Amino acid sequence: MPEVGMEGQLKLKNASVLLVGTGGLGAPTALYLAAAGIGRIGLVDFDVVDYTNLQRQVIHGTKDVGKPKIDSAIETMTDINPFVKLDRHEVALSSENALEILKDYDYIVDGTDNFPTRYLVNDACVLLKKPNVYGSIFRFEGQATIFAYPGGPCYRCLYPEPPPPGLVPSCAEGGVLGILPGIIGLVQATETVKLILGVGQPLVGRLMLYDALNMKFRELKLRRDPDCPACGDHPTITKLIDYQQFCGMPHREEEAKPVTTSGEIDAVELKAKLDRGDDFKLIDVREPHEFQICRIPGSTLIPLGELPKHLHELDPSAEYVMHCKMGGRSAKAVDLMKQSGFKNVRNMTGGILAWSDKVDPTVPKY
Amino acid sequence: MARILIPTPLRQFAEKQDTVEAAGATVGEVLIALTVRYPDLKKQIYNDEGKLRSFVNVYLNDDDIRYLNKDATPVSASDTLSIVPSIAGGARGI
Repeated sequence: MPEVGMEGQLKLKNASVLLVGTGGLGAPTALYLAAAGIGRIGLVDFDVVDYTNLQRQVIHGTKDVGKPKIDSAIETMTDINPFVKLDRHEVALSSENALEILKDYDYIVDGTDNFPTRYLVNDACVLLKKPNVYGSIFRFEGQATIFAYPGGPCYRCLYPEPPPPGLVPSCAEGGVLGILPGIIGLVQATETVKLILGVGQPLVGRLMLYDALNMKFRELKLRRDPDCPACGDHPTITKLIDYQQFCGMPHREEEAKPVTTSGEIDAVELKAKLDRGDDFKLIDVREPHEFQICRIPGSTLIPLGELPKHLHELDPSAEYVMHCKMGGRSAKAVDLMKQSGFKNVRNMTGGILAWSDKVDPTVPKY
Repeated sequence: MARILIPTPLRQFAEKQDTVEAAGATVGEVLIALTVRYPDLKKQIYNDEGKLRSFVNVYLNDDDIRYLNKDATPVSASDTLSIVPSIAGGARGI
């Protein structure tokens, strides 16, 4: 290709790119960046391949289920291009390790799935003056841009703060069209290659929005905010902070700790309770399309959003167990019912996914 | 009537509409008309002090209203307002 030539290919060979996440966005990006002949690619991921990933994380296959994603990604990328040097960072990116990991790369590609890591990657890129090739997705919609490019805006210029947990978007309407991260990930890969080659107009100061349902690409103007706490004229963020706290979230360790309180019941206990024929109502607060995929026998569907208007139909003195997909929505349902005077309401921890893992593996996971 | 594009995460609060029309001479007036029609949307885009939340941006055509005249920015019938909240999905898609 005349725009690339030997000189361009050498630029690619001499470049280094760090991919944060090898999931939906990172998978297609990694495939194409390896194929393009980037000299060195670092991968940050600590997750393990699951069947439910395969619908969009095309770098992994059925033979990789159960393997660390980083190993599976490296295997596929090496197969495509054995001349790429691949660095493993099998860790959760944190305030303690981010600067150390990011500093050895020319460009950072953010393919993470949560607000704390997005703000962490942003601030680290601003502090290190490394362009952050950003993409994010939700159901049928995607966003992409380049942050922390010299003179350009950063993520905090666009969104000074993250949404508080539980507002929007919640897990109730989560999930993505599997092809969507392919489109957005490849926009990120394209922008990365353009930055390396120094060709074209980089996606700086412009937020690209993609709507798969209407098949529309739009573009909004982004500006660097002179008052931005990270990249403004008088920055107040001069080192990395506690991003879990900034996003109002519990710490990973706390989150992982199984806390059983009197208001909870796990899948195995629920099974025993059903088998004993106890007199209680099992209420599924997921959406109808989820109920179609799988359900726990004997459960009644009342989607969380519709629960308030159905409360008067329920007997406040009866016993209830609430469940959803993973336990988040049903916890809200329990709170709502307790506030409305229901005394004997428990949340099934881990939701129907835990039921599939611990009780009935024929219940499909999604 | 200006056109307002509702993003996917907020459509559940606007009777699943992706486009809504609302009247008003300024951005603020159009958004008030919108949230009067869909009261559940109000809590999503405004904080308790009645200011736009910091993870929600409003664009008049392709310009961020923060760099125009904010709520007082004039709106004409041919304009499109976009509500653009931050989304974080990437790996797990949740």
